[in-house]
Amino acid sequence: MFNEVVVYGSGVLLLIGALFTLLAAVGVLRFPDLYTRMHAASKAGAVGGGLILLVVALMSQDASIAIRAIIGIVFLLLTTPVSAHLLAKASLGAGYKPWGETVADETVTIASNRPVAE
Amino acid sequence: MNAALFMEWATLIALVMLALALALSVVRIVLGPSLPDRVLALDLLTVVAMGFIGTIAIRTGFWLYVDIAIALALLGFLATVALARYIMLRRDTARDGEGP
Repeated sequence: MFNEVVVYGSGVLLLIGALFTLLAAVGVLRFPDLYTRMHAASKAGAVGGGLILLVVALMSQDASIAIRAIIGIVFLLLTTPVSAHLLAKASLGAGYKPWGETVADETVTIASNRPVAE
Repeated sequence: MNAALFMEWATLIALVMLALALALSVVRIVLGPSLPDRVLALDLLTVVAMGFIGTIAIRTGFWLYVDIAIALALLGFLATVALARYIMLRRDTARDGEGP
């Protein structure tokens, strides 16, 4: 009985995770510039991949596999924001401008308020 | 509908959705006007491939695929970091697409 509940719950979680990943890909395809695409790729992508790994941990019924899958989730949640932030910082530094209709560019005010002395 | 049949259908639908996500990421890599767009789409591609491998592990019961998924996540992170360093270092050279 409990096993059945786990299997049905895992199936629903798997479908939700795959849907999040698909929406991340749709967002990366449809959004207008790099900095908006990054929202879809890093947030929805990480949640989708993490949910699928969580389903692997639930379905395996084995402690060693489950711990490995949970380590994968933690690793994904740690590295995805880091890589997205690094890519945004690198492309801003390289001079790729945001989309023309972006209303707030806080990097300009931060750069002008920064003390010059190093 | 019993549990095994439900899981078979759920993994099948999830595989179809993930394959569609892979195709859309590849479209963005081909279209992507600038280099950071392509790097971002490649990063998403590794995450989607990781989910695909995890779903195949659930469907077939070969749980060793989880290790491949974790290794792929590590590889994708390192590739994105290296390409971000590359974008940072080539700021003075000629750019493609919509760069200034």
